[in-house]
Amino acid sequence: MSSNLRILVACKRVVDYAVKIRVNAAGTAVETANVKHSMNPFDEIGTEQAIQIKEKSGGKVEVIAVSCGSDKSQETLRTALAMGADRAIFVESAEELQPLAVAKLLKAVVEKEKPDMVILGKQAIDDDSNQTGQMLAGLLNWPQATFASKVELAEKAMTVTREVDGGVETIKTPLPAILTTDLRLNVPRYASLPNIMKAKKKPLTKLTIADLAVDVKPRLETLKVTEPPKRQGGKLVESVDDLVDKLKNEAKVL
Amino acid sequence: MPSFLRTVARCASVKPRRTISVATSQIRHLSSTSPLDPSVGLTDDQKELQSLARTFADNEFAPKMQEWDENQHFPVDVLRKGAELGFGGLYTREDVGGAGLGRLDTSIVFEALSTGDVSTTAYISIHNMCAWMIDTFGNENQRQKYLPKLTSMEHFASYCLTEPGAGSDAASLATTAVKKGSHYVLNGSKAFISGGGSSDVYVIMARTGGPGPKGISCFIVEKDFKGLSFGKKENKLGWNSQPTRAVIMEDCEVPVENLVGVEGQGFSIAMKGLNGGRINIGSCSLGAAQASIEAALEHVKVRKQFNEPLSNFQNTQFKLADMATSLLSSRLMIRQAAMMLDQNHPNVASYCAMAKLHATDACFQICDDSLQLHGGYGYLKDYKVNVYLRDARVHRILEGTNEIMRIVASRALLAD
Repeated sequence: MSSNLRILVACKRVVDYAVKIRVNAAGTAVETANVKHSMNPFDEIGTEQAIQIKEKSGGKVEVIAVSCGSDKSQETLRTALAMGADRAIFVESAEELQPLAVAKLLKAVVEKEKPDMVILGKQAIDDDSNQTGQMLAGLLNWPQATFASKVELAEKAMTVTREVDGGVETIKTPLPAILTTDLRLNVPRYASLPNIMKAKKKPLTKLTIADLAVDVKPRLETLKVTEPPKRQGGKLVESVDDLVDKLKNEAKVL
Repeated sequence: MPSFLRTVARCASVKPRRTISVATSQIRHLSSTSPLDPSVGLTDDQKELQSLARTFADNEFAPKMQEWDENQHFPVDVLRKGAELGFGGLYTREDVGGAGLGRLDTSIVFEALSTGDVSTTAYISIHNMCAWMIDTFGNENQRQKYLPKLTSMEHFASYCLTEPGAGSDAASLATTAVKKGSHYVLNGSKAFISGGGSSDVYVIMARTGGPGPKGISCFIVEKDFKGLSFGKKENKLGWNSQPTRAVIMEDCEVPVENLVGVEGQGFSIAMKGLNGGRINIGSCSLGAAQASIEAALEHVKVRKQFNEPLSNFQNTQFKLADMATSLLSSRLMIRQAAMMLDQNHPNVASYCAMAKLHATDACFQICDDSLQLHGGYGYLKDYKVNVYLRDARVHRILEGTNEIMRIVASRALLAD
């Protein structure tokens, strides 16, 4: 593979995976104020994949990181730049963006940048929607390879191994195409200290919803968010029969 | 069996799984409203350095800390992995592979790294000090010859000032260096050398002139120079992930081009290095204290006595508040002294000394308080807090004992 490639990588800013999440006082969403945020781990895998393609390629590969959301999403883009993306595009929105809105925004960015490939995380760890990549493929009428655990590029095509129920599936798709990443695709690198410093100097373009002329009105309404029930304490059982009975009739797992 | 040990054993047998879950417990980030948040007041850049260092510590150090401590393992591979990110030459210039950071930035990185392993981070800090000495006081040939391999940690470095007979009174050191043609011939021995025997490069202070500080010079000595040998590996209370040995010079031949700076400049180089070294070590104490409080917070919410979590008792609450206050005061002093180093402030030595004195004493006490809050569990090696306590203990002794810190501070106070 030696042709020139342009790869767009979607990077969402989410509540850090290690944070103990809490539902807000109104019971309408997860509390995001004063909580550590970082790049969605699946998007980190996507960024790593794009950089690996760039490093392995004989040709010229440009990696563009894109994020839609509040002002703070630029921090996430800086992380992608520090990891090795060449430049970044930030689409500013103070409003909540649902998967369809993000897919439409990404479509508008794709039409501007004309990438050969868009890499997204299979899902974001905040809303777990698992929709944006598929919707983007639909809107663009591009082929999609989702849940990738291995990617091999050839001339204007890629072979993707997907983790599916009961095994792995290998598919081949022409480019341009959509790729969504699964957990085992790669292990993202740490951004080095010098690269964190260099990332400040890499170009970051700001766009607004109006620039892209996209209707981002929410189509879904969240009625209520509740925490899972508190874990109950364990019980001691008298005998094996007792245990089997409880597993059958109380836990209903037998 | 002493009664307290029985209590410990009984506690352990009642809740054996708790031990396992703590030893492997997932890292939880503190809420940024917590008064323990070490990123308060930092610039965006500094927050990024901190976040990288903490993530590295959480992933690469913390899961291995107890194993390295127990087996006295020097984690060369992980050190080199860290060097790829810039930890091998944090405040070394960029043309030789350094990260070119300032001293405050470096302190922030060491504090974050040491939450995962104090001992390993402390070794990194010593390695960094050696690289900085060559970078700052060495000539261009020395910089180009030694620093690229040190910043990548392909080679490791050790700092050699202390001798069996010259500890706090470092200016009385007895190792001699006599110039003979194209070589200096070094004779003497250095004690308590971190990395000794494992390091490739030794920055050694030796006497080329008369008695006192003005007679001391600084040399770069390579591991396989003729006449250099090492003592047995010392068995220590803490700092077990780095080897400590005596470094012995018997007619050790060092080429004249390995003199750093000029003859007689050695003690001044050593002291300038130690100002920064004190901030580095103080920073490692901050990390130990931070991790110890985090561990205590987890424990007191889960552990119940008298049908209540320990966190419900006012004794626990007040103790935690005192620990956090003490950590914050230590952090502020260390960071102020680090800023003064960055500004080349003329009075920096006394501020570094006071910061080191306060931070290493206070943070050791925090580790001990955390151990106390853990009760019998704190005394078990399954829990991490004992490692922080043992590792942080030596910070009150090295880079100048805390008694010497008082001398440095009081001299500045009483000066006319």
